[in-house]
Amino acid sequence: MRISVENLSFSYDERPVLQNVTFAAGEGEVLSVLGANGAGKSTLFRCLLGNLFGYTGSITVEGQDLRRLSPRKRAKKIAYIPQSHRPTFGYTVLDTALMGTTRHRSPFLSPGKEQEALAWEALARVGAEQLALRDFSCLSGGEQQLVLLARALAQQADILVMDEPASSLDYGNQLRVLQMARELAAEGYTVILSTHDPQQALRFSDRVLALAEGRVVALGEVGEVLTRDLLRRLYHVETEFYMTPKGAVILPEVRE
Amino acid sequence: MKDQKKAMSRLWGLAILLAILFFSSFLWGRMPVSPKAAAGILAWRCGLPVTVSWTDQMAAAVLNIRLPRILLAMLVGGALSAAGMTYQNVFQNPMASPDILGASSGACFGATLAILLEIPAVTTMAFACSLATVVMVYFVGRRGRGSRTMNLLLAGIMVSSLFSAGISCIKLVADPNSKLPEITYWLMGSLSGAAGEDVSFILLPLLAGLLPLLALRWQLNLLTLGEEEAASMGVDTKRLRLLVILCATLLTAASVSASGMIGWIGLVIPHLSRRLVGNDCRYLLPASILFGALFMLLVDDISRTLLAIEIPIGILLAFVGAPFFLHLMTRKGGWA
Repeated sequence: MRISVENLSFSYDERPVLQNVTFAAGEGEVLSVLGANGAGKSTLFRCLLGNLFGYTGSITVEGQDLRRLSPRKRAKKIAYIPQSHRPTFGYTVLDTALMGTTRHRSPFLSPGKEQEALAWEALARVGAEQLALRDFSCLSGGEQQLVLLARALAQQADILVMDEPASSLDYGNQLRVLQMARELAAEGYTVILSTHDPQQALRFSDRVLALAEGRVVALGEVGEVLTRDLLRRLYHVETEFYMTPKGAVILPEVRE
Repeated sequence: MKDQKKAMSRLWGLAILLAILFFSSFLWGRMPVSPKAAAGILAWRCGLPVTVSWTDQMAAAVLNIRLPRILLAMLVGGALSAAGMTYQNVFQNPMASPDILGASSGACFGATLAILLEIPAVTTMAFACSLATVVMVYFVGRRGRGSRTMNLLLAGIMVSSLFSAGISCIKLVADPNSKLPEITYWLMGSLSGAAGEDVSFILLPLLAGLLPLLALRWQLNLLTLGEEEAASMGVDTKRLRLLVILCATLLTAASVSASGMIGWIGLVIPHLSRRLVGNDCRYLLPASILFGALFMLLVDDISRTLLAIEIPIGILLAFVGAPFFLHLMTRKGGWA
């Protein structure tokens, strides 16, 4: 497995946020993390990204303990696509993508020709080449998400961690970004993403990790573990699953 | 790349303007010096064989009075605006200026104390107090709970006001006939009386502050994204922030102790530079340094030549700079 998390626990001021979380993710898969607000998804991601260190248990990336890696080595393995990104100062799209290449060179050097080529390549991969010279902050939400994805690709890490990639996008862009995540997984990336939409998890991911109050309540193939019971447990809502030839459709119950 | 070429050509433009102003500054002053004489004196000083076509007074004015002052103005202007730009990026705050961690008020307190106690080394004292203040702010800010950045900023504001009160106390007890005017004049900020020693005193801290910043300038960009995002891209944010804050503080402390309270330039010039070359620090940092040096030298030239008496540069900077800044802020197109 490319990344494995074992017995991960974390507390903020003695309030447990994650308790004995264990899972792993391998090459070429999309793992969706589901859970209500406050279930511990963000904390889990912060631990994965090496931003929180006070945890117990272990996170192992390609055989190496995450805690022992320097930020630069960590960035070689895991790239992060934030949910939204409001820069204090405006940068062009190309510069934004170029920031992803920072880990390739010594901190004392600016990116060179090679890095610039990587940034262009990554922009082309997500189809955002024509935006290269525009100001990042002037783009639409969907375009911004694609550029952040390109930034992560320019980083050339095998694991992509996406924090609610679809949350602030319109319906079309949500689907396009998730489609992109699928394609990247097919190319061999490991994609770990959090989502609030079980239907999207069902459609676009291979496996699901469900968290409730900091504990893993379900982990497995999306078709097997994403059920009515799980949704009731996670969100306290009633739903119906309708099977269609292309997969299940989740209908929330409406009380008249 | 179109944008980069544009930024590059603007950088060159700034450098050329600065070179022209640098040379012209030798000509202006109470004693007129012709361009030929000024060039001759400078060449002679560099040890080149030139025929003497100037008087001794001219040489003294150019080398002993104008040269140190011109160098000091450029160094202080460049350093303060580099420091301001750095603080803005580190704190992800466009309103950050070199005063933000108390470096200015610390320096002013040190200087006023030195004047009150008749310690001759006013500049050294100001420098030491400035560094001590920022170190204090840093450690206090680190101990607080919650957001580190917010704590640092709050600690900076509190410590600054503490020192302002200290300065007021010193003014209150200072002899109103001799020391008080000296203190007041120092606080207004001035480069008059700049001597060779002042330049050599601040040169080392300025180089120690500027060179690491220039080397790390790409990573300064990533600091504006916030700690977690920058770290996810391989930036060792804790070390980088500490190092960069240290550098910017060195720059501020050295500048303010040599020239008084003119940290203000460090807020405005970075903004003007951002408009000129964009926010990418690969171009922005050199542009801020050049622009700061250019602006400071220009204002200092005006302050020493406009009236028969010297106008303290702090006052002039505010009179020239503030309306200019307001104009830019309100004109069509805003900041973009």
